[in-house]
Amino acid sequence: MNELSLSDLQIVLPEIWLALAGMALLMVGVFTSNRSTRLITGLTLVVFIIAGVLVNSGLDGTGFGGLVVDDRFGAFMKTLVLIGAGLTLLMSLGFIRREGMERFEFPVLILFATLGMFIMVSANDLMSLYIGLEMQSLALYVCAAFQRDNLRSTEAGLKYFVLGAVASGMLLYGASLVYGFTGTTSFADLAIILSGSDVSIGAIVGLVFIAAGLAFKISAVPFHMWTPDVYEGAPTPVTAFFSVAPKVAAVALLIRVLTGPFGGLFAEWQQIVFLLAVASMLLGAFGAIAQSNIKRLMAYSSIGHVGYILVGLAAGTAEGINGIAIYLAVYLAMSVGTWGCILAMRRQQRMVEDIADLSGLSRSNPGLAAALAIFMFSMAGIPPLAGFFGKFYVFLAAVNAGLYTLAVVGVLTSVVGAFYYIRIVKVMYFDEPGDAFDRPVGRELSWVVGLSAAFTLLFFVYTGPVLDGAAAASQSLGLVTIGEAQSAVLE
Amino acid sequence: MTEWLLSLAIFLPLVGAVFIISIRNDDKAVVANNARLTALWCSLIVLVVVIAIWVIFDSGTSEFQFVERRDWIPAYGIQYYIGVDGISLFLVVLAAVLTPVCILCSWEAIQNRVKEYMIAFLIMEGLMIGVFCALDFVLFYLFFEAMLIPMFLIIGVWGGPRRIYAAFKFFLYTLVGSVLLLVAMLTMFFVAGTTSIPELMQHGFPPDMQRWLWLAMFASFAVKVPMWPFHTWLPDAHVEAPTAGSVILAGVLLKMGGYGFLRFSLPMLPDATVFFTPLIYTLSIVAIIYTSLVALMQEDMKKLIAYSSVAHMGFVTLGIFTLNQQGIEGGIYQMLSHGIVSAALFLCVGVIYDRIHTRLIARYGGLVNRMPLYAFIFMVFMLASVGLPGTSGFVGEFLVFVGVFQDNTWVAFLATTGIILGAAYMLWLYRRVVFGELVHEDLKTILDVNRRELSYFVPLVIIVLVMGIWPDPFLGVMHASVENLVAQVQPAIDMAHAAGN
Repeated sequence: MNELSLSDLQIVLPEIWLALAGMALLMVGVFTSNRSTRLITGLTLVVFIIAGVLVNSGLDGTGFGGLVVDDRFGAFMKTLVLIGAGLTLLMSLGFIRREGMERFEFPVLILFATLGMFIMVSANDLMSLYIGLEMQSLALYVCAAFQRDNLRSTEAGLKYFVLGAVASGMLLYGASLVYGFTGTTSFADLAIILSGSDVSIGAIVGLVFIAAGLAFKISAVPFHMWTPDVYEGAPTPVTAFFSVAPKVAAVALLIRVLTGPFGGLFAEWQQIVFLLAVASMLLGAFGAIAQSNIKRLMAYSSIGHVGYILVGLAAGTAEGINGIAIYLAVYLAMSVGTWGCILAMRRQQRMVEDIADLSGLSRSNPGLAAALAIFMFSMAGIPPLAGFFGKFYVFLAAVNAGLYTLAVVGVLTSVVGAFYYIRIVKVMYFDEPGDAFDRPVGRELSWVVGLSAAFTLLFFVYTGPVLDGAAAASQSLGLVTIGEAQSAVLE
Repeated sequence: MTEWLLSLAIFLPLVGAVFIISIRNDDKAVVANNARLTALWCSLIVLVVVIAIWVIFDSGTSEFQFVERRDWIPAYGIQYYIGVDGISLFLVVLAAVLTPVCILCSWEAIQNRVKEYMIAFLIMEGLMIGVFCALDFVLFYLFFEAMLIPMFLIIGVWGGPRRIYAAFKFFLYTLVGSVLLLVAMLTMFFVAGTTSIPELMQHGFPPDMQRWLWLAMFASFAVKVPMWPFHTWLPDAHVEAPTAGSVILAGVLLKMGGYGFLRFSLPMLPDATVFFTPLIYTLSIVAIIYTSLVALMQEDMKKLIAYSSVAHMGFVTLGIFTLNQQGIEGGIYQMLSHGIVSAALFLCVGVIYDRIHTRLIARYGGLVNRMPLYAFIFMVFMLASVGLPGTSGFVGEFLVFVGVFQDNTWVAFLATTGIILGAAYMLWLYRRVVFGELVHEDLKTILDVNRRELSYFVPLVIIVLVMGIWPDPFLGVMHASVENLVAQVQPAIDMAHAAGN
């Protein structure tokens, strides 16, 4: 092993910063107890902003003997994770105060989960992959059960823990198989060994187990069973957090693992991803139709979105990764905004979660209704809203890779999906108004919802920064580009 | 110099909508009135702009005019690229004419959420004009599908008792078609490497790929037109939509299907077009005869006119797919004529619906005794719908038949029966509603059309008569573009003939 050098530390500077800041904030919390929850939340946001600066000004390269890697792809995904975590934390301020969840551990747990996600995104070795994943997961298990006096919340936490542990076990088993048959855990070495012609069947079995474990983390069908229950049971700000930041990190990790060390086995994992994508899109579309609880509906919706994201991965090209990066950015905005609207659903100081509770919202709170309608139409993929562009780039990649079946299934399930999204618009706009929600909804929440709505509505006007970032991210993975794919088709 | 005129026509309504959003006052009546006035003035200015475009338009060339081209998504070469030619110009004019009419006819009929209503109509206008001007496929698709949102809300919020069912049916039917169009668009982008419509027209796609692309586009346009058997959303949407919604739906939205065939299917996929012509002929003939028979049996006036729309649009698709000069010009002329006439017929229904609040034919009769002016106006549009010489309907149908006869006598023969059936159901409707004894109590105090209603009926009557008596200014403008279109398809026809021999 080579010695620790300064450049190693520079590569992981954002992670070190998050770890140190997290421990410091934990200390502050311990000594001041729960009075300072608000202060610690604020400080966590500052920590995130500084981490964002560090991430985007960092060096590119590998560190710690190839354990971690830092590149444009990682920077883009980490930025998304930070934005997602930061916005959901901001939205949770009002909730934790009202619901008696005002404990300083909450922002600190979010911070440590974010650290885990950073390591996941940067992982360049099966060891660092597992460390990042577990760090993230353990923090999330606690978050899910954070309302410890609430039966649903503790149940959600336990369910998530047990099923998550099974998935981690599968992943670990796969990793050990891969190590056993190749003798290395380093992504770079694996990429060389597995791109040869005679790949042992054991390594392929390992690949399947690793893919299954990661599919659980992104809640792709058939590893989605935990999602509706956990989404429904967990405290709403936690669910909001679940639906964005960990998803981005897990998708990024899946991309890194499949295109990096297992890049040579593209033909094998393409089938897996293809199947996961089709099943997720179908289940996401049809499963949501019968839901009456909006949190459960959003769980199925997120399963559907994962299906669309996997369409881009099944293409296996830089185009596809580009599409995924754009999709994730757009999904982040839509999702955070929608959860913000759900957080505003309060009546007589209590959260309400039924879709029917939204009836006539366009009269009692036109601003909130308009924002939620924008998110719903966007999730349905109606142009000119942002969601359309996410689907556009993903399907473009699929068509370019010759995956017409996937593209057609995708667009047709998006029509089924449109049915339940516009059903929410129908409830808000066509039905007679019920009792109004509590007002005001809170300053932070209004800002987050307004910002997400503006992004979703006006994305088409100026797509530059997101598209440029996504393009840089997808190119840094060194996959085939559209030009090469095209010439391959022509040959 | 004039390149910004089209953008002005597209974005002025959107600016107007933003302006209406910003109207705030505690008095609801003041807000409603200001919203109405803003929307009316905004749409009238757009109308002036569009007429200016028509005046400046050079009818001697088939090139796109008023072209504006800006980078939009440079990484993919997707541009904000707009312009009009002889085919799209009148559809833009149609949209600009009908929007102020819609706003005027909703002046008193809509009392509920007036502000949102006017915003929805202005957004619709901008999107409609945008669809007909877009010269980039992605831009076209954006306008094409974005229209679903305001139309869904117009039907669902201000519609009749079964509005929710109708709104969902409209939305989902149209979306299924549109997403297949999206796949076709992505494929064409991949193969040709561009989304510019003029460049795609020149590309020349391989014949077997053309068929798949053609079918995917057909799914979208056939639902929009609507062609039998994809028409079932239309009667529901028309019956449940408020009057102005029906006007826009029949007047402009249905034309997007025909326009799609003209702009995409014919020039980009000529071989597939020739291959699938028998299919279109068959569906059009079925539409003309079957929906005319269905219209005959309707008891609801709006439903009757909705079915007559399907029949009339059958003539349009028939004309377009004759692939010769007269047929295509007839198809376009028929689209314009139907746009005005069916819109006006819905307005006629709206006038008596506002007074009596029913659309059942049996609840009327003898209106001529109380409403002579209304009877006259209704008669003009009824006869135009039947295709009486001297009205706009005649010119379109006549040209379509001239075109069809050159291609296939049997098809022409069958299609003519549609004219007879059309006369039957329209005249019968008119007799039952307007003539006869005034038996129903509530009709004895009904008032004739007022000044506000006349303000939109008079221009429409004049347009219908002018288009019927002196069609040259309209046909002359589209001539060069249609000639160019026929020239693009001709090689494919020749090749099919050669293969047939």
